[in-house]
Amino acid sequence: MNSLRTPLARVKGMGSAGEGTDHFWLQRLTAIGLVPLCIWFCFSMASLPSMDYATFTAWLGSPFTAVMMILVILVAFYHAALGLQVIVEDYIGEKGIRTASLIAIKIGCVFFAVTGVFSVLKISFAS
Amino acid sequence: MAEFRLPTNSIVKKGNHYPAPNGATNTRKFSVYRYDPDSGKNPRVDTYDVDMDTCGPMVLDAIIKIKSEMDATLSFRRSCREGICGSCAMNINGSNTLACTMALADIEDDVSIYPLPHQPVVKDLVSDLTNFYAQYASIEPWLKSDTPAPPDRERLQSPAEREKLDGLYECILCACCSTSCPSYWWNSERYLGPAALLASYRWLVDSRDDNTGERLDAVEDPYKLYRCHTIMNCAQVCPKGLNPAQAIAETKKMLVERRI
Repeated sequence: MNSLRTPLARVKGMGSAGEGTDHFWLQRLTAIGLVPLCIWFCFSMASLPSMDYATFTAWLGSPFTAVMMILVILVAFYHAALGLQVIVEDYIGEKGIRTASLIAIKIGCVFFAVTGVFSVLKISFAS
Repeated sequence: MAEFRLPTNSIVKKGNHYPAPNGATNTRKFSVYRYDPDSGKNPRVDTYDVDMDTCGPMVLDAIIKIKSEMDATLSFRRSCREGICGSCAMNINGSNTLACTMALADIEDDVSIYPLPHQPVVKDLVSDLTNFYAQYASIEPWLKSDTPAPPDRERLQSPAEREKLDGLYECILCACCSTSCPSYWWNSERYLGPAALLASYRWLVDSRDDNTGERLDAVEDPYKLYRCHTIMNCAQVCPKGLNPAQAIAETKKMLVERRI
């Protein structure tokens, strides 16, 4: 027994954060969104006549493809950030490592999402 | 914190063997977790060859027989022997259940008995459920209404409203569900666990209770509620056949519903 706080006081802790529902809801919404986006992405990739640079940039040059591609990137990274957050909250108990991991996940996902979107725009506007 | 390895002083060692009495022909091997904090030694697994010809039909009968006839030092909790008190919850052949309602005939081969997983052990099969009970208390499991009760009668409830409590009110707080949940193992100090959340939902859907909003506020938390990932161990082991995972899912639905 390290503390003389009552068990109930320990369980109640700092109370409820009043949060989590948005996370839960958005994780499911992004999952639903990813279904058509992934199907589109796979079919488009499969229907490309060849896999060389010229074909790919021409494909990404179409406004529809560029818009869909940006959606894939944004939704996928949003979903990934939410999912990775759950894993960290589940398995990492040490406060410092947990906080650092949560920050790294958010920064990492934003960085990769922005990089992806910028790449699409660069190719799309250049062609 | 996720722990995948036991600390050195918790590693379970091989224990003593208690043979069946002379003349016993129909015996069965019981492996039982033993731990005595006063001894300063590691936990061990003792094996008992129980004479089945003079043993009752349930796992609890066998444990009582072991304690009275073979080894009086074995500690465990039991009371009603009919699945209503929840005292004899333990891990039998890898699943949490009540020893009193678990028939020996339903178990093939040897029987191995451990205390409820991932709880501090007081002695042998007795685990410390202080945190579990405090979590139940924290959801305030009593009727809360700002409307005073009628002076001359009870608060009325229609049969349809009463039916909503079926599958919820039967919980006996044996802790089989919560201690079978991996999320509870890793975060039991913050996650309320299936038993407390089932109890919380029991009051959320009670037509006589008007503190629904406050109750939802109290559980809306990434740890208290949202550690549930619908793993369903709770529903699988519940000796009363209840489904805490569904109650938790319904609670999440209520939380989403009130903001869209």
